[in-house]
Amino acid sequence: MDVTTGWYLVLGALLFVIGGTGLLIRRNPLVMLMCVELMLNGVNLSLVAFAQRLDDIGGQTVVFFVLVVAAAEVVVGLGLVVAILRRRPGTTADDLSTLRG
Amino acid sequence: MVDALVFFIAAAVCLTGALGVILARNPVHSALMLVMTLFGIAVQFVAQEAHFLAAVQVIVYAGAIVVLFLFVIMLLGVDRAQDLELSILPGQRWAALVFGAGSLMVLGALIVVVGEPVTGAKSVGGSASTAENVRLLARSLFSDHVYAFELTSLLLVIAVIGAVVLARKPSQSELPLVEERGEN
Repeated sequence: MDVTTGWYLVLGALLFVIGGTGLLIRRNPLVMLMCVELMLNGVNLSLVAFAQRLDDIGGQTVVFFVLVVAAAEVVVGLGLVVAILRRRPGTTADDLSTLRG
Repeated sequence: MVDALVFFIAAAVCLTGALGVILARNPVHSALMLVMTLFGIAVQFVAQEAHFLAAVQVIVYAGAIVVLFLFVIMLLGVDRAQDLELSILPGQRWAALVFGAGSLMVLGALIVVVGEPVTGAKSVGGSASTAENVRLLARSLFSDHVYAFELTSLLLVIAVIGAVVLARKPSQSELPLVEERGEN
Protein backbone atom coordinates (compact mmCIF):
# COMPACT_ATOMS: atom_id res chain seq x y z
CA MET A 1 0.00 0.00 0.00
CA ASP A 2 1.67 3.16 -1.18
CA VAL A 3 1.16 6.53 0.39
CA THR A 4 0.10 8.77 -2.48
CA THR A 5 0.10 12.54 -2.66
CA GLY A 6 -3.65 12.58 -2.31
CA TRP A 7 -3.46 11.25 1.23
CA TYR A 8 -1.27 14.11 2.32
CA LEU A 9 -3.59 16.58 0.61
CA VAL A 10 -6.57 15.09 2.45
CA LEU A 11 -4.78 15.36 5.78
CA GLY A 12 -3.80 18.96 5.04
CA ALA A 13 -7.36 19.83 4.08
CA LEU A 14 -8.71 18.21 7.25
CA LEU A 15 -6.31 20.24 9.38
CA PHE A 16 -7.36 23.38 7.52
CA VAL A 17 -11.05 22.68 8.08
CA ILE A 18 -10.54 21.89 11.77
CA GLY A 19 -8.55 25.09 12.23
CA GLY A 20 -11.15 27.18 10.41
CA THR A 21 -14.00 25.70 12.42
CA GLY A 22 -12.11 26.37 15.63
CA LEU A 23 -11.52 29.95 14.55
CA LEU A 24 -15.27 30.37 14.20
CA ILE A 25 -16.42 28.66 17.41
CA ARG A 26 -13.79 29.84 19.90
CA ARG A 27 -13.82 33.28 21.48
CA ASN A 28 -10.55 33.23 23.38
CA PRO A 29 -8.16 35.27 21.19
CA LEU A 30 -5.21 33.07 22.14
CA VAL A 31 -6.96 29.89 21.02
CA MET A 32 -8.06 31.66 17.84
CA LEU A 33 -4.40 32.39 17.06
CA MET A 34 -3.59 28.71 17.61
CA CYS A 35 -6.34 27.79 15.15
CA VAL A 36 -4.70 30.05 12.57
CA GLU A 37 -1.49 28.10 13.13
CA LEU A 38 -3.40 24.89 12.47
CA MET A 39 -4.69 26.24 9.16
CA LEU A 40 -1.20 27.35 8.14
CA ASN A 41 0.15 23.89 8.95
CA GLY A 42 -2.49 22.24 6.80
CA VAL A 43 -1.41 24.40 3.88
CA ASN A 44 2.26 23.70 4.59
CA LEU A 45 1.64 19.97 4.45
CA SER A 46 -0.06 20.32 1.06
CA LEU A 47 2.82 22.43 -0.27
CA VAL A 48 5.42 19.88 0.81
CA ALA A 49 3.36 17.08 -0.73
CA PHE A 50 3.28 18.92 -4.05
CA ALA A 51 6.99 19.66 -3.85
CA GLN A 52 7.71 16.00 -3.30
CA ARG A 53 5.38 14.85 -6.05
CA LEU A 54 6.59 17.31 -8.70
CA ASP A 55 10.23 17.13 -7.61
CA ASP A 56 10.30 20.90 -7.29
CA ILE A 57 12.08 22.50 -4.36
CA GLY A 58 10.02 25.68 -4.84
CA GLY A 59 7.21 24.25 -2.74
CA GLN A 60 9.51 23.80 0.22
CA THR A 61 10.84 27.33 -0.26
CA VAL A 62 7.30 28.65 0.02
CA VAL A 63 6.83 26.64 3.22
CA PHE A 64 9.93 28.31 4.61
CA PHE A 65 8.45 31.75 3.92
CA VAL A 66 5.14 30.70 5.44
CA LEU A 67 7.02 29.73 8.61
CA VAL A 68 8.67 33.15 8.79
CA VAL A 69 5.43 35.01 8.20
CA ALA A 70 3.65 32.84 10.77
CA ALA A 71 6.30 33.69 13.35
CA ALA A 72 5.90 37.41 12.65
CA GLU A 73 2.11 37.06 12.77
CA VAL A 74 2.22 35.34 16.15
CA VAL A 75 4.55 37.98 17.59
CA VAL A 76 2.29 40.85 16.54
CA GLY A 77 -0.91 38.96 17.38
CA LEU A 78 0.27 38.11 20.88
CA GLY A 79 1.42 41.69 21.34
CA LEU A 80 -2.11 42.84 20.49
CA VAL A 81 -3.63 40.26 22.83
CA VAL A 82 -1.37 41.33 25.69
CA ALA A 83 -2.17 45.00 25.09
CA ILE A 84 -5.92 44.38 24.98
CA LEU A 85 -6.10 41.98 27.90
CA ARG A 86 -3.99 44.28 30.06
CA ARG A 87 -6.51 47.07 29.64
CA ARG A 88 -9.60 44.91 29.78
CA PRO A 89 -8.93 41.69 31.68
CA GLY A 90 -11.01 38.69 30.73
CA THR A 91 -12.13 40.07 27.43
CA THR A 92 -13.05 37.88 24.48
CA ALA A 93 -13.01 38.47 20.77
CA ASP A 94 -16.69 39.37 20.75
CA ASP A 95 -16.25 42.14 23.33
CA LEU A 96 -13.98 43.95 20.92
CA SER A 97 -16.96 44.81 18.74
CA THR A 98 -16.93 48.10 20.65
CA LEU A 99 -13.89 49.09 18.63
CA ARG A 100 -15.70 51.18 16.06
CA GLY A 101 -13.31 53.29 14.07
CA MET B 1 3.74 -0.86 4.14
CA VAL B 2 5.92 0.88 6.67
CA ASP B 3 5.22 4.15 4.85
CA ALA B 4 1.49 3.70 5.27
CA LEU B 5 1.91 2.80 8.93
CA VAL B 6 3.97 5.94 9.57
CA PHE B 7 1.47 8.03 7.66
CA PHE B 8 -1.53 6.74 9.57
CA ILE B 9 0.06 7.04 13.00
CA ALA B 10 1.29 10.56 12.31
CA ALA B 11 -2.04 11.52 10.78
CA ALA B 12 -3.89 10.23 13.83
CA VAL B 13 -1.56 12.24 16.07
CA CYS B 14 -2.12 15.35 13.93
CA LEU B 15 -5.90 15.08 13.90
CA THR B 16 -6.15 14.25 17.60
CA GLY B 17 -4.02 17.27 18.39
CA ALA B 18 -6.02 19.52 16.07
CA LEU B 19 -9.32 18.47 17.62
CA GLY B 20 -7.76 18.93 21.04
CA VAL B 21 -6.76 22.49 20.19
CA ILE B 22 -10.28 23.56 19.34
CA LEU B 23 -12.07 21.50 22.00
CA ALA B 24 -9.88 21.88 25.10
CA ARG B 25 -11.37 24.15 27.71
CA ASN B 26 -8.07 25.27 29.12
CA PRO B 27 -5.83 27.36 26.81
CA VAL B 28 -2.74 25.60 28.20
CA HIS B 29 -4.13 22.26 27.04
CA SER B 30 -4.82 23.80 23.64
CA ALA B 31 -1.19 24.88 23.38
CA LEU B 32 0.08 21.42 24.34
CA MET B 33 -2.24 19.80 21.82
CA LEU B 34 -0.85 22.20 19.24
CA VAL B 35 2.64 20.84 19.99
CA MET B 36 1.31 17.35 19.33
CA THR B 37 -0.06 18.38 15.94
CA LEU B 38 3.19 20.12 15.03
CA PHE B 39 5.21 17.00 15.85
CA GLY B 40 2.88 14.91 13.72
CA ILE B 41 3.38 17.32 10.82
CA ALA B 42 7.15 17.16 11.33
CA VAL B 43 6.95 13.38 10.99
CA GLN B 44 5.01 13.81 7.76
CA PHE B 45 7.71 16.18 6.52
CA VAL B 46 10.39 13.59 7.25
CA ALA B 47 8.34 10.95 5.46
CA GLN B 48 8.37 13.24 2.42
CA GLU B 49 12.10 13.82 2.74
CA ALA B 50 11.79 17.50 3.62
CA HIS B 51 14.35 17.12 6.38
CA PHE B 52 15.27 20.75 6.80
CA LEU B 53 11.64 21.80 7.10
CA ALA B 54 11.00 19.07 9.65
CA ALA B 55 13.84 20.39 11.79
CA VAL B 56 12.63 23.97 11.41
CA GLN B 57 9.10 22.87 12.22
CA VAL B 58 10.19 21.41 15.55
CA ILE B 59 12.63 24.18 16.44
CA VAL B 60 10.63 27.23 15.36
CA TYR B 61 7.05 26.10 15.79
CA ALA B 62 7.19 23.75 18.75
CA GLY B 63 10.22 25.37 20.30
CA ALA B 64 9.53 29.06 19.86
CA ILE B 65 5.98 29.82 18.85
CA VAL B 66 4.22 27.49 21.28
CA VAL B 67 6.53 28.61 24.09
CA LEU B 68 5.54 32.17 23.22
CA PHE B 69 1.89 31.15 23.48
CA LEU B 70 2.43 29.49 26.84
CA PHE B 71 4.41 32.47 28.06
CA VAL B 72 1.58 34.85 27.21
CA ILE B 73 -0.99 32.52 28.78
CA MET B 74 0.98 32.45 32.02
CA LEU B 75 1.71 36.18 31.87
CA LEU B 76 -1.92 37.08 31.51
CA GLY B 77 -3.18 34.45 33.93
CA VAL B 78 -5.89 33.19 31.61
CA ASP B 79 -4.97 29.59 32.25
CA ARG B 80 -7.98 28.77 34.36
CA ALA B 81 -10.43 26.42 32.77
CA GLN B 82 -13.33 28.04 31.00
CA ASP B 83 -16.39 26.39 29.65
CA LEU B 84 -16.28 25.83 25.96
CA GLU B 85 -17.29 29.49 25.43
CA LEU B 86 -19.13 28.90 22.23
CA SER B 87 -19.67 32.07 20.34
CA ILE B 88 -22.51 34.39 21.26
CA LEU B 89 -22.56 36.38 18.05
CA PRO B 90 -25.83 35.59 16.30
CA GLY B 91 -25.38 33.17 13.46
CA GLN B 92 -21.75 32.46 14.08
CA ARG B 93 -22.38 28.93 15.27
CA TRP B 94 -24.34 28.28 12.10
CA ALA B 95 -21.55 29.84 10.09
CA ALA B 96 -19.09 27.47 11.72
CA LEU B 97 -21.36 24.52 11.05
CA VAL B 98 -21.84 25.51 7.42
CA PHE B 99 -18.13 26.10 6.97
CA GLY B 100 -17.14 22.77 8.49
CA ALA B 101 -19.79 20.66 6.78
CA GLY B 102 -19.39 22.45 3.45
CA SER B 103 -15.64 22.09 3.45
CA LEU B 104 -15.85 18.41 4.33
CA MET B 105 -18.39 17.83 1.55
CA VAL B 106 -16.21 19.61 -1.00
CA LEU B 107 -13.26 17.60 0.24
CA GLY B 108 -15.16 14.32 -0.08
CA ALA B 109 -16.35 15.24 -3.56
CA LEU B 110 -12.78 16.02 -4.57
CA ILE B 111 -11.54 12.67 -3.31
CA VAL B 112 -14.29 10.82 -5.15
CA VAL B 113 -14.17 12.78 -8.40
CA VAL B 114 -10.46 13.45 -8.75
CA GLY B 115 -8.51 10.25 -8.40
CA GLU B 116 -5.19 11.83 -9.25
CA PRO B 117 -4.95 15.28 -7.64
CA VAL B 118 -1.64 16.40 -9.08
CA THR B 119 -1.40 17.53 -12.65
CA GLY B 120 1.52 19.25 -14.24
CA ALA B 121 4.98 18.42 -15.37
CA LYS B 122 7.77 17.42 -13.09
CA SER B 123 10.41 20.00 -12.42
CA VAL B 124 13.61 19.79 -14.41
CA GLY B 125 15.62 21.77 -11.90
CA GLY B 126 16.71 18.79 -9.88
CA SER B 127 15.11 16.42 -7.48
CA ALA B 128 13.65 17.83 -4.30
CA SER B 129 13.70 14.49 -2.58
CA THR B 130 17.32 13.47 -2.57
CA ALA B 131 19.80 13.61 0.24
CA GLU B 132 20.75 17.08 -0.97
CA ASN B 133 17.54 18.59 0.35
CA VAL B 134 19.21 21.30 2.42
CA ARG B 135 21.59 22.30 -0.36
CA LEU B 136 18.81 22.58 -2.91
CA LEU B 137 16.63 24.57 -0.54
CA ALA B 138 19.50 26.93 0.25
CA ARG B 139 20.26 27.45 -3.41
CA SER B 140 16.61 28.18 -4.13
CA LEU B 141 16.39 30.61 -1.21
CA PHE B 142 19.56 32.53 -1.89
CA SER B 143 19.36 32.70 -5.68
CA ASP B 144 15.84 32.58 -7.01
CA HIS B 145 14.11 34.03 -3.98
CA VAL B 146 16.81 36.21 -2.52
CA TYR B 147 14.74 39.42 -2.62
CA ALA B 148 11.85 37.76 -0.83
CA PHE B 149 14.34 36.39 1.68
CA GLU B 150 15.70 39.85 2.38
CA LEU B 151 12.17 41.20 2.70
CA THR B 152 11.41 38.62 5.39
CA SER B 153 14.21 40.08 7.49
CA LEU B 154 12.51 43.46 7.16
CA LEU B 155 9.21 41.85 8.14
CA LEU B 156 10.75 40.31 11.25
CA VAL B 157 12.26 43.63 12.31
CA ILE B 158 8.90 45.34 11.85
CA ALA B 159 7.19 42.58 13.84
CA VAL B 160 9.64 42.89 16.72
CA ILE B 161 9.29 46.68 16.84
CA GLY B 162 5.53 46.38 16.62
CA ALA B 163 5.42 43.86 19.46
CA VAL B 164 7.55 46.11 21.67
CA VAL B 165 5.36 49.12 20.93
CA LEU B 166 2.14 47.19 21.51
CA ALA B 167 3.18 45.41 24.69
CA ARG B 168 4.79 48.28 26.58
CA LYS B 169 3.06 49.56 29.66
CA PRO B 170 0.42 52.15 28.84
CA SER B 171 1.63 55.64 29.65
CA GLN B 172 -0.23 57.95 31.98
CA SER B 173 -2.07 59.77 29.20
CA GLU B 174 -3.59 56.49 28.02
CA LEU B 175 -4.73 55.27 31.39
CA PRO B 176 -8.23 56.84 31.31
CA LEU B 177 -9.18 54.08 28.88
CA VAL B 178 -9.36 51.78 31.87
CA GLU B 179 -11.79 54.00 33.73
CA GLU B 180 -14.06 54.40 30.73
CA ARG B 181 -14.76 50.71 30.81
CA GLY B 182 -16.84 50.90 33.95
CA GLU B 183 -19.28 53.39 32.45
CA ASN B 184 -19.98 51.46 29.31
